Amino acid sequence: MELTVISGKGGTGKTTIALALSELVKDAVKADCDVDAPNLYLFYDGRDIRKEYFYGEKKAVIDKKFCSGCNECEKVCQFDAIKDSKVDFFKCEGCGACILVCPHNAISLKEKKTADVYITQTDKGIISRAQMEVGSEGSGKLITMLRSNARNFSDENTLIIIDGSPGIGCPVISSITGSDAVLIVTEPTQSGLEDFMRVMELCRHFGVLTLACINKYDINEKVSEEVESFCRENDIYLIGKIPYDDTVMKSINELKPIVYYEDSKANNAIRKMWDNICEHINC
Amino acid sequence: MQGWAWEQAGDSEGEGRLNIAILSGKGGTGKTTISTNLSVITGANYIDCDVEEPNGFIFLKPSQIKREEVKVDYPVVDSSRCTLCGQCAKVCQFHALVRTKKDIMLFEKLCHGCHACGIVCKQIALTFEKREIGIIEEGRYGNLICRRGILNVGEPMAVPVIKKLLKNLPTGINLIDCAPGTSCNVVNSLQYADGAILVTEPSSFGFHDLKMAVQLVRSFNLPFGVVINKHITEDDRIQKYCERENIEILGVIPYRRKAAEVYSSGKMIVELPEYKEIFEEIAERLREVFPWNLQ
Amino acid sequence: MKIAVSSMSKDLNSMLDVRFGRCNYFVIYDTEEGLVKTIENKGQMSGGGAGIAAAQQIIDEDVDVVITGNMGPNAFNLFKNSDIKVYRCGSIKVETAVQLFKEGKLEELTQAGPAHAGMGMGTGRRFRGGR
Repeated sequence: MELTVISGKGGTGKTTIALALSELVKDAVKADCDVDAPNLYLFYDGRDIRKEYFYGEKKAVIDKKFCSGCNECEKVCQFDAIKDSKVDFFKCEGCGACILVCPHNAISLKEKKTADVYITQTDKGIISRAQMEVGSEGSGKLITMLRSNARNFSDENTLIIIDGSPGIGCPVISSITGSDAVLIVTEPTQSGLEDFMRVMELCRHFGVLTLACINKYDINEKVSEEVESFCRENDIYLIGKIPYDDTVMKSINELKPIVYYEDSKANNAIRKMWDNICEHINC
Repeated sequence: MQGWAWEQAGDSEGEGRLNIAILSGKGGTGKTTISTNLSVITGANYIDCDVEEPNGFIFLKPSQIKREEVKVDYPVVDSSRCTLCGQCAKVCQFHALVRTKKDIMLFEKLCHGCHACGIVCKQIALTFEKREIGIIEEGRYGNLICRRGILNVGEPMAVPVIKKLLKNLPTGINLIDCAPGTSCNVVNSLQYADGAILVTEPSSFGFHDLKMAVQLVRSFNLPFGVVINKHITEDDRIQKYCERENIEILGVIPYRRKAAEVYSSGKMIVELPEYKEIFEEIAERLREVFPWNLQ
Repeated sequence: MKIAVSSMSKDLNSMLDVRFGRCNYFVIYDTEEGLVKTIENKGQMSGGGAGIAAAQQIIDEDVDVVITGNMGPNAFNLFKNSDIKVYRCGSIKVETAVQLFKEGKLEELTQAGPAHAGMGMGTGRRFRGGR
């Protein structure tokens, strides 16, 4: 059973909520697919039990031994990635067009390492995560690997919570395809609402069961109302409203999931939301 | 950030332009809040480079908007010349072309526009046409130029929009509001930057991601400084880290629920006097380090 | 006819892999010759467009029927265009899946499934090939 938590915009509290939900289920497996800012593991004293390299990109490499400096490659590159017979790794898209025109077979596509992939064991279950090399792009292939690793450590009864990336691009798409349900965490701000609409459109595109919750809803009850109407008009089940709570900031700084702060309003609202989610999907 | 490094920064192409990128490791730290408000205080142009989720215009509400499409190439097969040899499909690194039993099928969203298929086709059956993947919008907020790129929903590749947005920026100072994170989109934005402001927040997340952002700007040899947003007084981890690393702190913006509320209704936080003063101080520090005449 | 089954491992005794685009192998059974061929799915390695990469391999192998669990619009439309039929099956032995197909007990997929769509959305532009 897989539940993906996404947000559209960053900073809505997606990770806080994904983390809280995973704490409410015994031995839930966590897949931290927010690979540009993988923060879940910071909350645990985990031990990395597996590490592997992930090769996510191909880059053109010119062998100086065979290069004559004819610049045919430079002429054909659509991305301005070749200058003076040297490839700029940041600009190269790995398309191989240069290889096709090189008269000396001096160019090849080499796989480039883009991330370290880990399985981290904690006393609360497994975390499947990756640490990107700076400047590298998270891809559908990487997200799939993280999800696949998570599945390897689960059986039919395990809940896998996927902490997805912000935005609406490629890695988000890979976080939601094949998932049993998606929970969009939004906030009652104009920016949040616009981004919520975009990410909801994405979920619609893929036909995934979509749930939504408004985090810090009482910061602006007017915009919160707008979010609620939008959900109603678009048949999205609004499954939770979490109040603003200073304790959350405290919990992040103390690196302790919010569900351990008994008096926290946010904690209680999240627990209630989880009960709602369970009624909605089979978990 | 040593003082001397900042003094040497600026106008690397001698074109009367200074581009400052504003980035952060994680989303939601306040890049857009800082970029938009700083634009207003300093009179710099505002460029919203977060093309997947552009939020800056919500606050600046620019007028006289002009739009331009962003188009990318895609291959078109001339069926009178095509022999269905399938070489184009074989050579495509992105699986955008498939040779079926009766035709060549294109999946345009996977196409990078590299033209490899055109190069390999022996029948000269491929030509290229253009399709839209996003738009660039430009408008005005008083004297400031506001520009943004918007990637169409469902399109996976933002880079062509970012490239078009950042080519031919206006003269003067441009604050480039980048996408969150340190991925490909941000890297492409930094290609045009002369300096950077790293926005962080005093949480474990913010701190952890700040270090990644620092690594990135250092790999580009960009002079940079840090702004600590949503600051709460007990936590000084970031200040200590900046001291150890010789990184200049341009400003510290305190966390207030009032500010969050103002932000949530799409207003500029420099409307609050306390924040106006803080931003003026940040602008002053920027003036000290950049050899430019900010208004 | 040639029947391809998405598979976890390399032979008729393997379990069927319900994913199409990112399955491990395709076991291809030729009913006329009674021969079995296994190919490794290239879709697994793909950054994106996994279903497309997998489908291209199937088309290149001259397969007539595909048996799998879930398939997204991209691959599905490719097969529809090539007159390759797709049948749905659960997680059972590849051998049994082929048997059930022969007995007419498998459900034919007439519409692309939800969710596994990936990029491209199955709305490929078609360019008819020629001579």
